[in-house]
Amino acid sequence: MNKIFLIIQREYLSRVKKKSFIIMTFLGPVLMAAMIILPAFLADWSEATHKNVAVLDESGWYYGKFKDQDNISFYQVHNDLDTDKEKALYEKGDLFLYIPKTELNLPVYAELFSTKQAGLNVTSYIKSVMKKEAENKKLLASGIDPNVIKSSKVDIKLSTIRVEEGGIEKKSNTEVEVGLAIFAGIMIYFFIFMFGAQVLKGVMEEKQSRIVEVILSSVKPFQLMMGKIIGIAMVGLTQFLLWILLTGIFLGVFQSGLIGGNTDMMSVLSQGGTSAQIAAAGTETVSADPYAMVTEIISGINFKIMIFSFLFYFLAGYLLFASLFAAIGGAVDHDTDTQQFMLPVSIPLIFSVAMSGVIINQPDSSLSFWLSMIPLTSPVTMMIRIPFGVPVWQIVLSMSLLVTGFVASTWMAGKIYRTGILMYGQKVNYTILWKWLRQKH
Amino acid sequence: MYALEAKNVSKTYVNHKALDNVSIQVGQGSVFGLLGPNGAGKTSLIRIINQISVMDEGEILLNGRKIKPADTALIGYLPEERGLYKKMKVGEQAVYLAQLKGVKKQEAVKQLKTWFEKFEIAGWWNKKVEELSKGMQQKLQFIATVMHHPKLLIFDEPFSGFDPINVNILKQEILNLRNEGATVIFSTHNMASVEELCDHIALINNSKVILSGEIGEIKNRYKPNIFRIEYKAQNILDIDNTKFEIVSSENNKGVMAADIRLLNGSRSNDLINVLVPQCEIKSFNEILPGINDIFIKEVKA
Repeated sequence: MNKIFLIIQREYLSRVKKKSFIIMTFLGPVLMAAMIILPAFLADWSEATHKNVAVLDESGWYYGKFKDQDNISFYQVHNDLDTDKEKALYEKGDLFLYIPKTELNLPVYAELFSTKQAGLNVTSYIKSVMKKEAENKKLLASGIDPNVIKSSKVDIKLSTIRVEEGGIEKKSNTEVEVGLAIFAGIMIYFFIFMFGAQVLKGVMEEKQSRIVEVILSSVKPFQLMMGKIIGIAMVGLTQFLLWILLTGIFLGVFQSGLIGGNTDMMSVLSQGGTSAQIAAAGTETVSADPYAMVTEIISGINFKIMIFSFLFYFLAGYLLFASLFAAIGGAVDHDTDTQQFMLPVSIPLIFSVAMSGVIINQPDSSLSFWLSMIPLTSPVTMMIRIPFGVPVWQIVLSMSLLVTGFVASTWMAGKIYRTGILMYGQKVNYTILWKWLRQKH
Repeated sequence: MYALEAKNVSKTYVNHKALDNVSIQVGQGSVFGLLGPNGAGKTSLIRIINQISVMDEGEILLNGRKIKPADTALIGYLPEERGLYKKMKVGEQAVYLAQLKGVKKQEAVKQLKTWFEKFEIAGWWNKKVEELSKGMQQKLQFIATVMHHPKLLIFDEPFSGFDPINVNILKQEILNLRNEGATVIFSTHNMASVEELCDHIALINNSKVILSGEIGEIKNRYKPNIFRIEYKAQNILDIDNTKFEIVSSENNKGVMAADIRLLNGSRSNDLINVLVPQCEIKSFNEILPGINDIFIKEVKA
């Protein structure tokens, strides 16, 4: 027991001390935070500079219709195109809107001059004002009072409410759930592959450098294999926890660094206590009234279950795949020989990610159910399903099957590993693996 | 009581019998040579003694009792194919390997400092293994093998990869360890070092022990009963062909030399009696076979 602890310690420390680990640990949260912050920041920043627009309306239809906005002020000019344009653009550094006179038609043509990119908020506001005015004029011309139209407009708001067992109703929002589902599924996939590959690499390194024979004169092959798998799992957990922590810190720094920014957005970002929440918030920053909506929805999602099941499926899924990777690493001599064995192991994992769209559309279909039960696909599939609500018995069943799966795979891997790890120059194929598996010790 | 005894050990790999009813006895404090051509089964036996692989049949006794997993702490093993963690620091790695053998960390550090001084690699403690030359890596690996004071040392081809100076250092260290009470088993193809170091040998060929015992006794068993004499004489020696056979003879600047085999139970004194009247004997030696000759003879047989 003491020896396996020594192995875990070495595997853990040698990786955590690596430069690549430290870089990844800091880069991950920066990227994650950037993914959330950047769109919000860009939108906010483009509106942050105040713009003045000089309006020369030769048609005379739109005077007084352009109202000052948060970051846009309008003022009228009455000279001619060239002088006003010259003055607005070069003397004042403003934008210049020119609406030419039309004889017969509605004035629906305008030109906006600027020295820099005008900005989406300015153009869209001008367009919307002109559109509304022109439409009103048309309606009036046909004898319809625009106010009638206005009062007859209805706004449809559709809330989806999920009724859980015991009749508890929860307001849910599919967009948030889709975001969470994809995020959790991808994270599981990413973690299993990233750290599973480290197990493979570590085992092969020991075999190729021949240190393994020295180590095995002190410990049992199974101890060495499990020590490595557990040590790397702890590296994964450490990285995951640091990411959550650092993402929180980065978001906090960003929040305090922006003064007088969009308060709604800030409130949303402040919800980002966990990465799952961040993902939820991320999808919501663009929507109309994010703060109220997101808090409501977030409170509707059971984060305890989310986080617990993420950790469980990460660990158990990782153990399952890592033991298979360890067996492959132990069996082959060269990196190039891993391909034929890596493919069948990777396919279920890739398949479950590829099916994520189908699963999101129908989280309760029988395909989703079975994929979330089969140990090789369940880590990703179940994490995608959980945000949509999964009956407890299914989660328990899926978890028990996964535990059974990794116990079985570890047992198998142990047998292949202990024979393969000292076997050099053997051309390994499935027949040989099968013989090793059945070999008595 | 033997330091190590293998009794009727058999081991079969998937398609190949590696050891067939192999028995060896290694006495306390001896240096035991495990010889045999490539693929004979030496490494298989060594791995079984180290409990790296498991035998199908038979038993291994360490100091008279059945070997058990905890005994790995009593054994130091230097495999034929050397290897270390390349990215790990030299000192850190040696401490780790010692810890796996059950040595406490502080004790390991203290011990290692002494060994590093002795092998003149003290300055390399914080270097990565990949920065070391091959010879230095070998030294490090040797230190890692012996630093937990094992009662039984197993070296598989210990001298390969060392330059002659380091081979001598190594030989001296092996003898020192023996003198301090350790029992040494080593497998090698280097017969000169066997003659120099070993007191007992076992020869394995095709998965079987075909020869074992005390080295002098084995040589005696294989002696061809040939005596080499150097002499001065005027005439050609006149020898009874039924009792003696002249295997070869030469004339080296007036000093004659001849290899004469004793036949039909005649003894060396009989030969001297025949020779004395005929010539002036300068030297008279029995030719004993080298381990090399015995090895080749037995393996080819």
